[in-house]
Amino acid sequence: MDTFVQQLINGLTIGSIYALIALGYTMVYGILRLINFAHGDVYMVGAYAGFMLATYLGFAANPSIFGFIVVLFGSMAIAALIGMAIERFAYRPVRKFSRMTTLITAIGMSLFIEYLFVFIFSGTPRSFPSLLPNDNFTLFGNATISTSQLLIFVISILLMIGLQWIIFKTKIGKAMRAVSFNLNSAKLMGVNTDFIIAFTFALGSALAAAGGVLTAQYNPKIEPLMGIITGLKAFVAAVLGGIGNIPGAVLGGLLIGAAETLVVGYGSYIGIPSTYRDAVAFAILILVLLIRPAGLLGSNVQEKV
Amino acid sequence: MLVLENVSVSYGAIEALTDISLEVNQGEVVTLIGANGAGKTTTLRTITGLLEPKNGRITYEGKTISGMAAHKLLPMGIAMSPEGRGVFANLSVRENMEMGAYIRSDKKGIAEDMERGFTMFPRMKERQAQKAGTLSGGEQQMLAMARALMSRPRLLLLDEPSLGLAPLVVHTIFEAIDSIRAEGTTILLVEQNANAALQHSDRAYVLETGRIVMQGDSKELAADPRVKEAYLGE
Repeated sequence: MDTFVQQLINGLTIGSIYALIALGYTMVYGILRLINFAHGDVYMVGAYAGFMLATYLGFAANPSIFGFIVVLFGSMAIAALIGMAIERFAYRPVRKFSRMTTLITAIGMSLFIEYLFVFIFSGTPRSFPSLLPNDNFTLFGNATISTSQLLIFVISILLMIGLQWIIFKTKIGKAMRAVSFNLNSAKLMGVNTDFIIAFTFALGSALAAAGGVLTAQYNPKIEPLMGIITGLKAFVAAVLGGIGNIPGAVLGGLLIGAAETLVVGYGSYIGIPSTYRDAVAFAILILVLLIRPAGLLGSNVQEKV
Repeated sequence: MLVLENVSVSYGAIEALTDISLEVNQGEVVTLIGANGAGKTTTLRTITGLLEPKNGRITYEGKTISGMAAHKLLPMGIAMSPEGRGVFANLSVRENMEMGAYIRSDKKGIAEDMERGFTMFPRMKERQAQKAGTLSGGEQQMLAMARALMSRPRLLLLDEPSLGLAPLVVHTIFEAIDSIRAEGTTILLVEQNANAALQHSDRAYVLETGRIVMQGDSKELAADPRVKEAYLGE
């Protein structure tokens, strides 16, 4: 039982990160019907931005809650700008072409960011400084939760509530929902749809960067290709929840995270070695596409890439 | 108020509109009638900037608007209720109306206009919290019109407001058009229902395969034997 609770805590921790990233995939898909394959790389960029801020602002040497918050929001802001730049210079020029063109552009963008970072920072992993005291709290039994895990939960939840608030309670959120339903109708309402699209990229990128910084507090090794597998899993999470559906992305992320750690914890009983942890998400993807292509919370079956 | 001069529009190699010239004057209700595929919707989409004309010029209150981004026209006073209603099915009725007032920031004025819309279409008031996608076709049409009015347009473009609606609902829609006009809004009405459109307008243009083939006073056109035969089913 303790192991189960422990695995669940670990799984939901990773799952929260997947959820944060999945939100960006799903929002961009909702608005542009584009799978932004560079999104996983924005998560990596967020981790590096946090690393640079922590190092050069001196928070690495003197960790504090204040420093952590500066690093978190700073990297979110940087990633938001980069997300907008990606949209502006890579996707906007090809938006009017076929879906295949934008898809290939997205893959190209992803590779570009990855190897630009390999070029700048080299492929050698860096160690992200620990910005917070890392205590363990014992829950009931022997299950423990660390400060960084607790932080991942709390901050993810706060960010998701914030996102929900933006989308459902603000004017710009209303415009985002309108644009995602019908771009041309939104233009007729006087909505500058280019701005709304850029804002959506900014929002999604900021959440991914938060995921990057939070992960790095939990697992400090960062490297330029770290966004590939995590990004793909978050993409699977978005598909599992129903791409385009925001609560679905959160649900999908938590489920993928939980499934992954449960396989690590219990897979050996049913003959699945723990080294298969990365395969879990993709097995789930195949099942979803076979059984319920619209995803758990997706209502209508839409054309997928 | 609105002038189209020799406007041509193509979808790739196919010419959808050829040399369209038309004029809408302040305070008028002008209708554009024609069969399916004649280019009526294309004309409206070109006026609102969703399509770009290949040739020709569109001016509104003396300013050239052809080639302008669609979202810049609403602030100039041109609102459109699009074909197929184009309501945001995933937003509530109230939110749809708020989207109509997207460019405005005067809360008080918006609230007043919301009430005006509800007075014109009481059904919208009853259903304001409901998602627009759950409304009937007629209600969606009412919502699309109410939403377009939320920006207090000087020129209202209506694309096939009666399409696919039951006769009783069509009657409601045309009554609404009369009352919008009575409030001083200029209207360009695109319709397949030529009968009703001619009754509720001052002037009319007849569009056939992308060209204007007839134009004139609505009453006169309604009496024209060619129009009667081709569009009024007599």
